[in-house]
Amino acid sequence: MKTYIAQRLGIGLLTLLGMSIVIFGMLRLAPGDIVDILFSTGGYVNPSERAAIEKELGLDRPVWVQYVEWIRQIVTGDLGKSYRYDLPAWEIIRPLIPVTLELAVLSLIVAVALGVPLGVISAVRQDTGLDYALRVFSLAGLSMPSFWLGMVIILSLVAWLGWIPPVTYVSPRENFWLHAVQFTLPALAVGYRSSALIMRITRSSLLEVMREDYIRTARAKGQSGRVVIWRHALQNAILPVVTVIGIEFAFLIGGLVVTETVFNLPGVARFLVEAILWRDYPIVQNLVMFIAIVVILSNLFVDMLYGFLDPRVRYGH
Amino acid sequence: MATRPLGVEVPGVALALRRPGAWTVLARFCRKKPLGAIGGFLMLVILFTAVFANQLQTHDPIATDAGQSLARPGADHWLGSDHLGRDIYSRIVHGARVSLIVGLASTLLGSVLGGVIGLLSGYVGGKTDLITQRVMDILQGLPLLVLALVMSAALGPSIPNVVIAISIPIIPRAARVIRASVLSIREMQYVEAARAVGLRHLRIAFRHILPNTVGPFIVLCTAQLGSAILVEAALSFLGLGVPEPYPSWGRMLSVSAAEYAQKAPWLVLFPGLAISLAVFGSNLLGDALRDTLDPRLRGA
Repeated sequence: MKTYIAQRLGIGLLTLLGMSIVIFGMLRLAPGDIVDILFSTGGYVNPSERAAIEKELGLDRPVWVQYVEWIRQIVTGDLGKSYRYDLPAWEIIRPLIPVTLELAVLSLIVAVALGVPLGVISAVRQDTGLDYALRVFSLAGLSMPSFWLGMVIILSLVAWLGWIPPVTYVSPRENFWLHAVQFTLPALAVGYRSSALIMRITRSSLLEVMREDYIRTARAKGQSGRVVIWRHALQNAILPVVTVIGIEFAFLIGGLVVTETVFNLPGVARFLVEAILWRDYPIVQNLVMFIAIVVILSNLFVDMLYGFLDPRVRYGH
Repeated sequence: MATRPLGVEVPGVALALRRPGAWTVLARFCRKKPLGAIGGFLMLVILFTAVFANQLQTHDPIATDAGQSLARPGADHWLGSDHLGRDIYSRIVHGARVSLIVGLASTLLGSVLGGVIGLLSGYVGGKTDLITQRVMDILQGLPLLVLALVMSAALGPSIPNVVIAISIPIIPRAARVIRASVLSIREMQYVEAARAVGLRHLRIAFRHILPNTVGPFIVLCTAQLGSAILVEAALSFLGLGVPEPYPSWGRMLSVSAAEYAQKAPWLVLFPGLAISLAVFGSNLLGDALRDTLDPRLRGA
């Protein structure tokens, strides 16, 4: 087990290193560097100032030196400086993390609470009208942009209840219930989309397990259909579902990018969009790297979880 | 499809063994996969709209008209007008063109590049395969939208750049699917025979293995088309996708629409419906095609 974790961590680190090269390279594909952009927005600035800024940003050094310097900074926990706010990046990012984390966890809860039961129902009622209806429902979730769904939810609240959700962030200490509602709405929009994938995988995985002998044995012993499905079948069908949930958690962040913008929530994802629009490249670079780390860690976590959920899975062999 | 009678000319047998015509195949598909047929129909409608956008429009999609700002849906503006007085219906009709072009182009670009990488990686095997797979892991490790977002930010907003930005995240997904099917095809006897005859590797890979990956490739493309349209919508919504003045569905939903949404909900409703229908169509079609062409992936 320990060697397995070490191995996985090693591969994870290598992947992260590769990702850092990709991210670093991508941002240097941009025509014109940050200095050009600062200059074009600031009007005329004299050449010596330009050189000073370039020196300050380290852009006068060779590319590989810049890369090594960036990695050194990340490893030592120094995330650089935001040019827009003129503050250390970490100070800006830190308060944003809980917002995104809360939203991601809530969305995942919605996705699982919706996806797993619907998947089970769909599998049990395979090829009936209900199965078709549920599959169309889940496919519809995959087809709607979650940011649009968010807008429609807000609009219908306004139209039917005459109530406008808060347009700025409400902290839980200020007003807990308003805060809860504010986060539940986007979580519904994002969670519905993620539930579609969870539902499909639950359905197909359960259908496969239900064909196995031990299920027939359990039925033959006279156990009720409900116990057979929820206790016996689902337990074995859950492994692929967990994988998908793990992948979804990482990819929720992608969905949050737009949703946080629509609901005006001050999270990491919205800040990433802002930083991109402001060409605050040091921030973009670090935030994308941060997302990559979250993705790799959650994949690792899912792999670890296998061992606990399924004793057949043994590591290190 | 030409009929190929067998050696013995028995009319009934020849008829029974005849390969079914395109219409028969289509009719069977519609009967067995009604949802897939609906998806295909939706895609055809959108294709038709995109091709005949100039004929279907009722107004100039980019002409502004201050007097008609935020007009309600009605006889003049079927789906209303936006804050600049532009006709929503005509913009959606033209938006079909932009969404479909960007969606198809990026899906094809990503799938073809990924397909070739997957083909070579699977065929060559060994260290090349291992290294390629790790590189694909790296590209796949980032959420699709985040990768596309950074790419389009780096390249700057223009239609070709959006296509490139959306196609990059598709590459590893395509490479994986094609590689998996190449791995099983590579071991087949006819490939061994081709090798025994002394054909060059590239020829075996592209002439003899590639045609057999068409099934998974089509499935892959239909599945990716939906997400490509969604990513384009999200990028344009954020102002990093298709630039003005092209009417893009995502762009129609952007900040200005949100501002006026309470006064004019049609600004938000209709473009979003268009996106959802297009993606829904390609998802339905993709699912049905996957069940038909690639039974191993059924329900996954």
